[in-house]
Amino acid sequence: MPGLKLSVLIEYYPILLEGLLWTCILCAASIALSLVGGVPLALAGISRNRLVRWPFGFFVWLFRGTPLLLQLFLIYFGLPQIGIYLSPMVSGILGLGIHYAVYNSDVMRAGIVAVERGQHEASRSLGLSRTQSMRKVILPQALSSVTPALGNNLIALLKESALVSIITVPELTLSAQRAISETFRPFEFYFAAGAIYYGINYFLELGLKRVEMKTALSR
Amino acid sequence: MDYDLMARVFVYFAKAAWVTVQVSLLSVCLGLGLGLAAALCKLSPNRWLQIPARIYVSVFRGTPCLIQLFVIYFGGPQIGLQLEPFAAGVLGLGINIGAYMTESIRGAILAVDRGQTEASRSLGLSKGQTIRRVILPQAACLMIRPLGVNTIALIKGSSLVSAISVLELTYTAYRYISSTYRPFEMFMLSAMFYLLIITVASFLIQKLDQRFVLQQ
Repeated sequence: MPGLKLSVLIEYYPILLEGLLWTCILCAASIALSLVGGVPLALAGISRNRLVRWPFGFFVWLFRGTPLLLQLFLIYFGLPQIGIYLSPMVSGILGLGIHYAVYNSDVMRAGIVAVERGQHEASRSLGLSRTQSMRKVILPQALSSVTPALGNNLIALLKESALVSIITVPELTLSAQRAISETFRPFEFYFAAGAIYYGINYFLELGLKRVEMKTALSR
Repeated sequence: MDYDLMARVFVYFAKAAWVTVQVSLLSVCLGLGLGLAAALCKLSPNRWLQIPARIYVSVFRGTPCLIQLFVIYFGGPQIGLQLEPFAAGVLGLGINIGAYMTESIRGAILAVDRGQTEASRSLGLSKGQTIRRVILPQAACLMIRPLGVNTIALIKGSSLVSAISVLELTYTAYRYISSTYRPFEMFMLSAMFYLLIITVASFLIQKLDQRFVLQQ
């Protein structure tokens, strides 16, 4: 159907808004999972115990070297094969969360390694156990130093969240497709969805800049 | 794990892997061209060049690649653009990665010491000559690594074109998952090929990086 008819956007914007809401929920949950999950993965990556480091290293290599879409298929279609049935939304959150937990773990690992040795030595000599010094001294410094890089990953997560529409999560992209199936006007709705993603991206970047300013270590 | 099944469908995944490689290669070429052009535009003092380049980078880095592909493939006919899936995929991926490559290239150009520009201008070289013969060759050494990161991201991003029915690895995985009901095996096969392609690409990029070390 040639030509553009922008008025359909005015008629169908509620569908897009609903999708936007689900996208925000999906992203919030995935971001939380990826941040929380990144820490143990990062710590496992620098563990002195080879039995811990190697399996996690393999896991990280596998999940960094394969596309997110393939991982989503693995979770959504593969888990039922071993008896775990998850809803599309949960699969999507899990997929995005794990994928970005792996990316975040690399960033966090770099941050942890970058904290100068003096901090380790000082906290140990003050009597803190290894766990305590990690939790109270090293990690806070490491995490605040890599906030910009983590922020970039979160922005990437937001954009890749569009992929979960392929495993039928009712977020923004799928909502656009619902509207398209009724109006047969893909250009208008995909363009509008893109504009909405651009908007959320802009606000996320603003928020991240504020977080970065607040957590920046004074040097 | 049904190894028998994996052996039977292996050849289809190998063919699909080749399609993935083709899509990635062509998109990288397109992306490099666009990236270089946009980087130079962004660095240009001419506002008519700078502003469209900035908009290009902002829009295509700020929106999902999947949406961009959908606009081109599904929305294209509405504005007179009828493309086959493969072409639409290469176009979409190329334009998308071009935006990221613009920043990689621009960063490398800016990292070249100002003294180089000043020296070549004072030796009588025009702006164009300076960029072409002095700055870009030096920037080229610096941009290999970030462009390599972009390329690896593109190879993984090529999985998105499965959504516009390009017969590449992820599409094949989906197809065989639907018909064989053995997702783990299909994931393993696709993962194997993706890891292979990415490992080879990373190796080549590393070699390229080592070959063009900047003599300071």
